Amino acid sequence: MSAPVAARARWGSELALGVRLSVAGGRSGWVRLAMISLGVGLGVAMLFLAATLPAVTAVRDARVTARTVDPQQSIPRAADTLLTSEIKSEFRGRAIYGQQLQPEGDRAPLPPGVSRRLAPGEMVVSPALGELLASGDGALLRDRWPARIVGTIGPAGLSGPQEYAVYLGTDRLTDTTGHRVRSFGKSWDDGGMSPLLVLLGVVGLVVLLLPVMIFVTTAVRFGGEARDRQLAALRLVGADAAMTRRIAAGETLAGALLGLAVGGLLYLAVGLLLSRFVPPGLSFYPSDFRPVPVLAVLVVVLVPVVAVLVTLSALRRVVVEPLGVVRRSGDRRRRLWWRLVLPVAGLALLYPMRNGLSGQSTGFEYQVMAGVAALLVGVALLLPWVVDAVVRRLGGGSVAWQLAVRRLQLDSGTAVRAVSGIAVSVAGAIALQGLLAAVEAQFSPETGRDTAQFQSDVMLRQPLDPSGSWVRALRSTPGVRAVGPTSSFRAAAAGAAPDADTTLTVGDCDVLRLFARLDSCADGDSFIVTAPGTAALRPGTYAVRERSLPATDPSAQSWTLPAAARTVPAHADPGLDAQSGLMATPGALAGLKRPLADDVYVGVDPSDPDALDRVRNAAAHLDPSVLVWPVDPRSIENALASIRQGLLAGATALLLLIGASMLVNVAEQLRERRRLLAVLVAFGTRRATLTGSVLYQMAIPVALGLGLAVLTGSGLAMVMQALASAPISADWFGIGATSAVAALVVLLTTAASLPLLWRLTRPGGLRSE
Amino acid sequence: MVNSANDPLLAADDLHLSFGSTQALNSASLRVYAGEVLALMGPSGSGKSTLLHCLAGILTPDTGRVTYAGRDLSAMSDSERSALRRTEFGFVFQFGQLVPELTCLENVALPLRLAGVGRRQAQGAAAGWLARLEVADVAQKRPGQASGGQGQRVAVARALVSRPRVIFADEPTGALDSLNGERVMQLFIAAARDTGAAVVLVTHEPRVAAYSGREAVVRDGRVREQEYAL
Amino acid sequence: MCIVAVMSVGFALLGLLESGPRHGYDLKRSYDQRFGQGRTLHYGQVYSTLARLLKNGLVEVESEPGDGPDRKRYAITSAGVTDVATWLSQAERPEPYLQSTLYTKVVLALLTGRDAADVLDAQRAEHLRLMRELTRRKTGGDLADQLVCDYALFHLEADLRWLELTAARLDQLAGQVTGHAAGQVVGQVHP
Ligand SMILES: Nc1ncnc2c1ncn2[C@@H]1O[C@H](COP(=O)(O)OP(=O)(O)O)[C@@H](O)[C@H]1O
Ligand SMILES: [Mg+2]
Repeated sequence: MSAPVAARARWGSELALGVRLSVAGGRSGWVRLAMISLGVGLGVAMLFLAATLPAVTAVRDARVTARTVDPQQSIPRAADTLLTSEIKSEFRGRAIYGQQLQPEGDRAPLPPGVSRRLAPGEMVVSPALGELLASGDGALLRDRWPARIVGTIGPAGLSGPQEYAVYLGTDRLTDTTGHRVRSFGKSWDDGGMSPLLVLLGVVGLVVLLLPVMIFVTTAVRFGGEARDRQLAALRLVGADAAMTRRIAAGETLAGALLGLAVGGLLYLAVGLLLSRFVPPGLSFYPSDFRPVPVLAVLVVVLVPVVAVLVTLSALRRVVVEPLGVVRRSGDRRRRLWWRLVLPVAGLALLYPMRNGLSGQSTGFEYQVMAGVAALLVGVALLLPWVVDAVVRRLGGGSVAWQLAVRRLQLDSGTAVRAVSGIAVSVAGAIALQGLLAAVEAQFSPETGRDTAQFQSDVMLRQPLDPSGSWVRALRSTPGVRAVGPTSSFRAAAAGAAPDADTTLTVGDCDVLRLFARLDSCADGDSFIVTAPGTAALRPGTYAVRERSLPATDPSAQSWTLPAAARTVPAHADPGLDAQSGLMATPGALAGLKRPLADDVYVGVDPSDPDALDRVRNAAAHLDPSVLVWPVDPRSIENALASIRQGLLAGATALLLLIGASMLVNVAEQLRERRRLLAVLVAFGTRRATLTGSVLYQMAIPVALGLGLAVLTGSGLAMVMQALASAPISADWFGIGATSAVAALVVLLTTAASLPLLWRLTRPGGLRSE
Repeated sequence: MVNSANDPLLAADDLHLSFGSTQALNSASLRVYAGEVLALMGPSGSGKSTLLHCLAGILTPDTGRVTYAGRDLSAMSDSERSALRRTEFGFVFQFGQLVPELTCLENVALPLRLAGVGRRQAQGAAAGWLARLEVADVAQKRPGQASGGQGQRVAVARALVSRPRVIFADEPTGALDSLNGERVMQLFIAAARDTGAAVVLVTHEPRVAAYSGREAVVRDGRVREQEYAL
Repeated sequence: MCIVAVMSVGFALLGLLESGPRHGYDLKRSYDQRFGQGRTLHYGQVYSTLARLLKNGLVEVESEPGDGPDRKRYAITSAGVTDVATWLSQAERPEPYLQSTLYTKVVLALLTGRDAADVLDAQRAEHLRLMRELTRRKTGGDLADQLVCDYALFHLEADLRWLELTAARLDQLAGQVTGHAAGQVVGQVHP
């Protein structure tokens, strides 16, 4: 047998010995193996989930793209064309997607998932919508589309199984109210997601994954001290240093492989849960739930490799000597300069984007990702130095404080490892919170609109007569209190540049109050609406015309804004800044023909929860594709708020995870010091002193980690805000909430370690000779 | 309470204590007089440490009474006994008793700090005792950096620093070579004499026991006590 | 024991002479200083020992100018040097006298139904009493005192260890001595 073969055989047998040791080590061996595999498993499950996210989104996006109607095609009517009109409806908070379909020939295309042509008065619905319509809960919804259900939309036409979708056959679409298509599917590139959302996603991913990696590396070291002692015993019977390293590697490998299995199971369980409980809009088919293969392979290969590397590097600092374990870390001072490399690099990467994302070339997301990752990893690297530097200077205080500080001075590595996870996740969470807060402020400024009178905006797709029968229909809908149509002209001051025209909004006093703060109003009044940063318009003669006509259109009429017109400040428009312009009540039009209405504001009885859905029903009867929006779109804010809550929940989960690993470390350390604890109790040390020292020992690094995290996180948040071109501000709520959760985790961890502490301080501990 | 010269400072009466099926103490009685050095001898496993722990109020016997200066230890609460151990008793064990993170000086100052003495004052007193036990040079080192003999001297200094009335020493030289052991015992006993502390010295080494004034032999959880020679 | 003492006085004198010739009274003074420990030599013992050494050719006499026996100086011969070297290199025969006496006592106590533990305890108390005294003397004394006391202390300690061991095996010994379960015990002792 040749030498390399023999060597390989020995390697194998030593790795196997490590595996055997890990399970043969008695109860503590099993506990350690279980902790490692559970820790690694949790991490692996999260990594798999992260690797699945792109796959799920991709298949969902592909299906959504396949059914999209391309509005930019302009095609002549033919036998293979179809008129479509999108339906965006909502029922009790559930979003409903749909299209009206009007085939123009035998060869008109069918949308994906639909197997037959729909005649007027027929519809196909998604399984979820079918169920909803059949249920008692959906009784009100059955009235929305008075059509017969003739089939079910197949999976190919749905983003997910829980999606509410409907295709409605019709014959009432025209060239102007419908889009003509020859096929479904998007042929244009819409430039991908909004850069802001990409930014959110990127930062979120980094923030989620870094602590997971840190957690995995901490988990691999669970019970490391006991393992080191075991290895020392092996040295005593003749194992050399290289052999002990291989044995340790084998042991870790066993834990990591088991962890992969545990992680796989956890991942499947989570997938099952998610597919049940995810909100309908995000639902996915079980077959969608599989990780991107390359990423999955990466996880399966990298986790064991990283685990072994971490073990070996941890062993590098420990000389396992036959007569015990010597730790080398003692007097090694941590150096600063190389720890600064990453944060500085991160800042350098982010610096060019200080003026916002607009105008950034493609690939900016990689730069942001690298920059954010560098900054956050930098925090993890900087933390040991900070803890070292601060703890070295601490002194004084009570006995409990002294015990804790001295312990940290001697070996802060274990504590810091656990806490660096906290630091990274908290820094990331604060950064994201800050960004979200800024985005929120940007997307939904306080409109200042008074929603007492009107709450919904029925946005007409075609101007209609404001005194038409359908307004009466809306009015007579049960639960509706007020219906206020508005219409608008374009108006150009006489002698002004043709492009310097403005909007003249016409409506009742009640409706006009939605757009500006009116102190008093009577029919016949007109107003000059001012917005910050725009010059106020002047009374005088204006040329007014239908909105869709060019400024030079001969049909323009002349209208005089009376000198008595009051100047009033505008409310903000949802999603837009406040708009300046002119407003007039119908009585002020003085002979002008009132234009057709393009918006109808509806006020409903706030005590009637179904009123709004009845309004939607009534509007759908008029035009299934009509949009009904809230006047004051708090819903955007709500969505962001729920993202923030989710973020806080995620951060809490991470912190709990880290609390668990701190608990494991403390338990290990306490068990190891059983005899010393018993001696201290023999000396008459109060338990409160010992408890206090455990608390300080955890709280000091956590406090330092949090401090660093708040600093970096806030800094990062400001960078993000600059990237998003949002106003720069500190997010005190996010900082406070995250810090409070971290403090709570420390307290919980300490409390959880107390039973063990009390058990270990019983007198039996003195007896170990 | 004032004791007459012939009253024992610490007395155990008819102690019984079992750990599961092991009877560690079986009607053990013992008297310790103020200022004396009493050696507890006997084969290993005979119950010496258990008796010591009962005397010091660390363990509570199943039956029997331990009285210190006329007070019944088993009638005290746990925190009262802790307070007693902090103020009236001192301890030296065979090994592993120094807090590894604290310097030797801080270790010695620990009992005083636990009793509420300020840091500076406690460390001042501690430095004096370290010098007295000839280990002033390890004051700023951690126990791990001191030799075994130095460590035991630090432990002795720590037992003495609060000027206890009784010092319990369980095999204090058990892990030392004879030369170091001799020196530790000489310094220990001389210092205890000076402070007037009584010493209960568990040992199986006759040469260490020879530093006592009197010995008691523990066998099978029972004590054969030598009469106190006045 | 006597012989040993006399023998060792002879070798001690020879050893002292190795550093150079001396007068008889010089030798006595040096001996007392170094080895006396409370038992000084008589002049007579010095001269009789020297006479024996002279007869055996281990020392020789150098006469100095002047009169009287005190003017005799003794010097070591090469045979004497060899003898000293041989003596130093020979191990002493261990003397197990105490154990045999005590052993006899213990066996007798067991045979006569007395409490053998009492015998051992009494002996322990006595040993410890002596050890305490030696320890006290050692603590006050100089290095020589310490070394000599330690010598005695270590021996006494060895005796005490034997006592402890015997005490721990009294039951076994009793069985063997009084013949109860003799087969079993003998079986253990002579496998
Ligand atoms: N905490 C304990 N749990 C169980 N058995 C114990 C405990 N402490 C002592 N023992 C038993 O009690 C007996 C006396 O022990 P100990 O007092 O430590 O003996 P010594 O100190 O004389 O060697 C021994 O048999 C020992 O195994
Ligand atoms: Mg013991």
